[in-house]
Amino acid sequence: MARARGGEGEGGEVLTFTQQLDRLEEIVRRLEAQELDLDEALKLFEEGIERLREARDRLTAAEAQVKQVLADRAGNLKVEDFDG
Amino acid sequence: MGQSLDLFASVSPDGAWTVSQVAHRVRAVVEAGLEPLWVRGEVSGFKAWQSGHWYFALRDRSAQLRCVMFQKDNRRLPMEPQDGMQVFIFARPTVWETKGELRLTVVDLLSTEAGGLWQQAFEKAKAALAKDGLLDPARKRRLPPYPRRIAVVTSPDGAALRDIIAVTRRRWPIAELLVIPTRVQGEGAEAEICRALALLCRLEQLDVAIIGRGGGSREDLWTFNHERVARAVAALPVPVISAVGHETDVTLCDLVADMRAPTPSAAAEAATPDRADVLADLGHLGVRLARALSARTGRAAERLDRVRDRLTATVERRLERHRHELAALAGRLDALSPLRILERGYALARDGDGRVLKRVAQFPPGLRFRLRVTDGDVAARAGES
Repeated sequence: MARARGGEGEGGEVLTFTQQLDRLEEIVRRLEAQELDLDEALKLFEEGIERLREARDRLTAAEAQVKQVLADRAGNLKVEDFDG
Repeated sequence: MGQSLDLFASVSPDGAWTVSQVAHRVRAVVEAGLEPLWVRGEVSGFKAWQSGHWYFALRDRSAQLRCVMFQKDNRRLPMEPQDGMQVFIFARPTVWETKGELRLTVVDLLSTEAGGLWQQAFEKAKAALAKDGLLDPARKRRLPPYPRRIAVVTSPDGAALRDIIAVTRRRWPIAELLVIPTRVQGEGAEAEICRALALLCRLEQLDVAIIGRGGGSREDLWTFNHERVARAVAALPVPVISAVGHETDVTLCDLVADMRAPTPSAAAEAATPDRADVLADLGHLGVRLARALSARTGRAAERLDRVRDRLTATVERRLERHRHELAALAGRLDALSPLRILERGYALARDGDGRVLKRVAQFPPGLRFRLRVTDGDVAARAGES
């Protein structure tokens, strides 16, 4: 099983920031619980560091996108860039 | 009618006026003689017609006046007046020629009841919402801590939207803002807002919604007091923050929303965490992560240390034993060394190839050989026997 990377879950779907943070907290809690063997602890630590880095990257790289939602005559949704 | 008629000119049946002529003339006299004026009285026989025009009588103890308020004027009012309601009207007196009736054309109407028409309309709609449980605090949903998609229902060119965009960009740039533009005031604004809210319901993966506008007059904000708008807000599938007008303006929309914000900026702040705080939280998690690992590896290292100490001790004990054995062996070897024998005065004879010469036969006369004594070699030769 490939290790989750790049903000993706094991199924390859993109994790939301919330899910990422939840996972990170779970990792820290498990690591603090002290009942892991060293191998597992190291793996978790590596994943934790990776997720921390991703979360930071997300927070620092992003620029909020603004779009506007309209409905055309047939009632179909149209989402387009908004320049306000 | 073009012809000028003197009301007091026809004094004989020959010059009789038509009904229309009189009605028209009376109307002209009334309109010319009475400026628009404020009148107070009680509403009676109120009827709203399909056309949107209102008809009623205004009366006091001894008289009554027929009134009409056209749709273009009454649409600015929040609700219809009820029979028995005490009101002030601002009206132009005229004559309704068709019926030969004196009539007041009402352009404004104020209720003198507690809070006036606006407050009454508000309370009435509020009661209807409360009856359906829409104001129940238990209905309020919690806002998601880290929203990804935020819908904004507001005017596309208002300060409210600019503020919401600016605050979101500063605090939580991960978010995607989906603006659903709508007019927020004026004729038909409530229908447009309801359409925008219906559109919002169709958006996927939405985390939270903001509905609102900047400050304005009571009439401007009234769109957000329509029961229909409030019900559409209450029916939204995601938590919604309402920010209408300023802090002091509370609308029905605010009451049914999951959270009320005093301003659009405050709504954006409530909807988003501050990136700096979240980065600090991440830093804290990083510290815990490192500590947890170092605690874990620390225990492993201690164990390793203990094992190493025991191993070293064992090896050293064995080495020590071997050292003793070695010393004893060395002593015995030393005793057996031929050099020890030479020390006692014996000598060893060897030929040029180093072979030891042990027998007389090995010493032909004149043989050169070497004699090893305790402190070195001596050259020797065998004599004639």
